[in-house]
Amino acid sequence: MAAVGQVLRSEWTKIRSVRSTVWTLGVAVVVTVGLGMLICALAGSDFGTMPVRDRLTFDATNISFAGMGLGQLAMIVFGVLVVSNEYSTGMIRSSLAAVPQRATFLFCKLVVATALVLLVGLFTSFLAFFAGQSLLGGLAARIGDPGVLRAVIGGGLYMTLIALFSMAIATMLRSPMLSLGILMPFFFLISNILGNVSATRKIGHYLPDQAGRRIMQVVPGNNPVPYGPWGGLGIMVAWTVAALVCGFVLLERRDA
Amino acid sequence: MIELAGLTKHYGDKVAVDHLTFVVRPGIITGFLGPNGAGKSTTMRMMLGLDNPTAGSVRIDGRHYRRLQDPLTYIGALLEAKAMHGGRSAFNHLLCLAQSNGIPRRRVGEVLDTVGLTSVAKKRSKGFSLGMGQRLGIAAALLGDPQVLLFDEPVNGLDPEGIRWIRTMMKNLAGQGRTVFVSSHLMSEMALTADHLVVIGQGRLLADTSMAQFIRENSRSYVRLRSPEQERLLDVLHAERITAVQAGNGTLEVDGEPAERLGELAAAHQLVLHELSPQQASLEEAFMQLTAESVEYHAHDGEPPAGPVGGRATAPAGTPAAGGWGADRQKKGN
Repeated sequence: MAAVGQVLRSEWTKIRSVRSTVWTLGVAVVVTVGLGMLICALAGSDFGTMPVRDRLTFDATNISFAGMGLGQLAMIVFGVLVVSNEYSTGMIRSSLAAVPQRATFLFCKLVVATALVLLVGLFTSFLAFFAGQSLLGGLAARIGDPGVLRAVIGGGLYMTLIALFSMAIATMLRSPMLSLGILMPFFFLISNILGNVSATRKIGHYLPDQAGRRIMQVVPGNNPVPYGPWGGLGIMVAWTVAALVCGFVLLERRDA
Repeated sequence: MIELAGLTKHYGDKVAVDHLTFVVRPGIITGFLGPNGAGKSTTMRMMLGLDNPTAGSVRIDGRHYRRLQDPLTYIGALLEAKAMHGGRSAFNHLLCLAQSNGIPRRRVGEVLDTVGLTSVAKKRSKGFSLGMGQRLGIAAALLGDPQVLLFDEPVNGLDPEGIRWIRTMMKNLAGQGRTVFVSSHLMSEMALTADHLVVIGQGRLLADTSMAQFIRENSRSYVRLRSPEQERLLDVLHAERITAVQAGNGTLEVDGEPAERLGELAAAHQLVLHELSPQQASLEEAFMQLTAESVEYHAHDGEPPAGPVGGRATAPAGTPAAGGWGADRQKKGN
């Protein structure tokens, strides 16, 4: 059996030696934080003119994560590329010849990529929170307020799970174009549409991104969901685990 | 040593590799020869555990590839040019492979030096020429200092200098007692490098023989004779119990008699000869003839009464694919 430590080192070398890593993660940080700041600044100045109902459910913490909807797309690209680049370049044959134990190979690849995404995700989440709050003036939430730290750490976990889910999908589909072609519209459009049409809202609640986003809310919104913050994250984890299992089974059986 | 036992691979209703059984021995270069699409690459991918065989097995020093610990130290392979991420530098490409098999970092520098890529080690392999990509692939194969080496069409698309470099490299590796297994679709290339020959066509084993034996058996030598008095010449040959075949254009071909004897015979009977020349069929011709049969075979195998191919393919019963495969074939035949 291939030693896990060796393969982890190898996967780290792979991930740090391609440019797409820096680009995608960099864009994720910049977009999430930048857009979050912009929306915080706008929300802060609009607060006085908001309807009372919106003022009562004003969630300063969650607003600083407003950039995540777009920033997560870069995380998806990262997750997809980490896996599908192996296939699109032919590297997979070198990789599997070096590590024929496919479980070890996939596990190490995912561990390294996920650890990196977790670090970047937490960094992004904290940065988005503090930068956003600094623009909200008197409305700002503090990290010590009830539920806030959970929401900020949750933001990092959410980004990590989005990337991991994308890696699992890419393991199943192999092609970067196909994976992105499915994931991008799904998270950017379809999930939002399902969540905002009243007939499909109940289904929308259980989609990975919508369920996972609950953890970033401190003040429950106008549309209550049938689970708490950790319950929502649990639903997202379940989606991710299911995708990973499918991806692994396919990798194990398929010809490289 | 590589041992193949009944190795078979089906892709849907297509048989890519059909019951291959042979052994690749150490210390010599074994050429793996077959026309394009004969199943060479598929066989090599199965040797490396990349593709799963439909039936049969491959063992490397008695073990399955997937059971090898740090496989790069047992067997190195050049599968196809550029099985690598173009955005990664040559050094990092080799480094990540080395790390996964616990091979020390300094070895990366050594193999880069061996293949002459030290000066471009930090460059991304995207910009490499075909020859450089091939050298990088060979560096990866040599990384673990393995006893077994596989090269899939290593000279494809290379310039003459690159071809000579690879030939010399393979000879040196075999000379060091390693097992070298190299595929090609060119007989002329194999004749220059290989000591032993495994020929396949349509996925089936056509020959497993030493190079010398193959040359002896397949390079038919004969003598061509031309004379204005052909009838008399035939009579003379007949009287000496020598069989001559008329080859058209007024020439005769004689097998198994040295040109000297035929010349002396003609002189003794005062026959005028316009041509007396020893001929040799080329190895390329022999190879074409050998594999042409397998191609011809393929052309017939769609006929409804399933021939030997159909019979064999359904033989490894137990695989559910086999039944569907046969059924499908019947449909197509009609």
